[in-house]
Amino acid sequence: MDKVFASIDEAVKDIPDGASIAIGGFFTAGTPVELIQALARQGAKNLTIICQQMGPGNEDVTKLVEQGQVKKAIVNYPFYRSASRGANSPFEIAVRAGKIEVEVFPMGTFIEKMRAAGAGIAGFYTPTGVGTVVERGKEKKVFNGRPYLLEIALKPDYAFIHAWKGDRFGNCMYRKTAQNYNPEMGKAARITIAQVEKVVEAGELDPDKVHMPGVYVQRVVEVGRRTYKPGID
Amino acid sequence: MVVKPNKKKFEGVARELIALRIANDLQDGSYVNLGIGIPTLVSNWIEGRDIVLQAEIGMLNTGPLAEGDNIDQDCINASCQPVTELPGCCYFSDCESFAMIRGGYMDVAVLGALQVSEKGDLAGWNNPDRGFPEHVGNIGGSMDLATGAKKVIAAMEHVTTKGDYKIVKKCTYPVTAVGVVKLIVTDLAVLEVTDKGLVLKEVAPGLTAEDVQSVTEPKLIISPDLKEMAL
Repeated sequence: MDKVFASIDEAVKDIPDGASIAIGGFFTAGTPVELIQALARQGAKNLTIICQQMGPGNEDVTKLVEQGQVKKAIVNYPFYRSASRGANSPFEIAVRAGKIEVEVFPMGTFIEKMRAAGAGIAGFYTPTGVGTVVERGKEKKVFNGRPYLLEIALKPDYAFIHAWKGDRFGNCMYRKTAQNYNPEMGKAARITIAQVEKVVEAGELDPDKVHMPGVYVQRVVEVGRRTYKPGID
Repeated sequence: MVVKPNKKKFEGVARELIALRIANDLQDGSYVNLGIGIPTLVSNWIEGRDIVLQAEIGMLNTGPLAEGDNIDQDCINASCQPVTELPGCCYFSDCESFAMIRGGYMDVAVLGALQVSEKGDLAGWNNPDRGFPEHVGNIGGSMDLATGAKKVIAAMEHVTTKGDYKIVKKCTYPVTAVGVVKLIVTDLAVLEVTDKGLVLKEVAPGLTAEDVQSVTEPKLIISPDLKEMAL
């Protein structure tokens, strides 16, 4: 078994128009920048992008917005914190103009929806969002005297994830807080593409320290270690 | 929609001292999550104490901000600031992080607020002035934290920059969670949320209970032990 692709463009080549794509990364940490850039070159349209934010600390998704590739965004922290900074961002402008549909979930719900999808669970009841606008249109049920909302699993067509090291079986290790959303997104998607800083020989990863069992990963591509400055704005 | 202002402007304590007052309230041996803004400053006052900070991105025993050679691009907090590890640190996924939060393992969440109601409703995730539909905004981890933590402390300025009430009878901004705030610490006062209403426990140096009441919409219950803010 060998899931390694020689080029990143080859790894994203088959993504069709209308696909839903989960993109890992929490602001600047663990964001699969090279895959996002490859998607911009590839040009698929009418995409549903599932990621934490559409701009802050993730400037590369802006290119997808500017090129009109994004139809919908499923997010938990979509906008710049600063209203003035956000007012000029292509994503905010597109949302205000009604060109991109936005669905926002609380962070814990957002990622649990993908955990559920990856684990074969149709949905779950969470106390988060009760009494807020988040509960609109959702079933509410009381357990042990406390109200909960039904949230439905979210299964993306593709996931772009970033890992530190990976092997040809798709086994991956993350590094520090660059782990964040990557594991659950990678487990949820039908096709998970892992960009890894280094592809190592099978057997080189300590089996006790593999974070991501290879069964969840369909494609692996080596991108090297990019250095960047953490921060937003 | 905004309730109209009070003319008087009071000199309160600095944001760092709001953070210090909150740090004084934290118990040793507790797990604490600090939100964005004033709450982040609390970390400056707990160095060396037996308190474990959780970063919602997926880290326990988060240390002070990293500088210079200590910066590791793969080690940030929820505000995207590079942070250091303390001994006993561990990393995990964001999903696991929120399992801890919803699961009730956070003793305290310190959160910023746009408004807090007298019933402890918290509004902090969506400022309608930005002009998005009511259900669209930066929720981030705030709703899970406000819902899941055993105790929620609101850290905030007492009034808006325009002098409007932020401590209100009923939130006019979209709420983060209902009836969750237990303690409100502002530049002017410390207030406890009780079944009977807001109890004014402490006032900033030089202020009276009447001063604080004049910039607070709901009627305050004055604690019999009212004192100067414990800094």
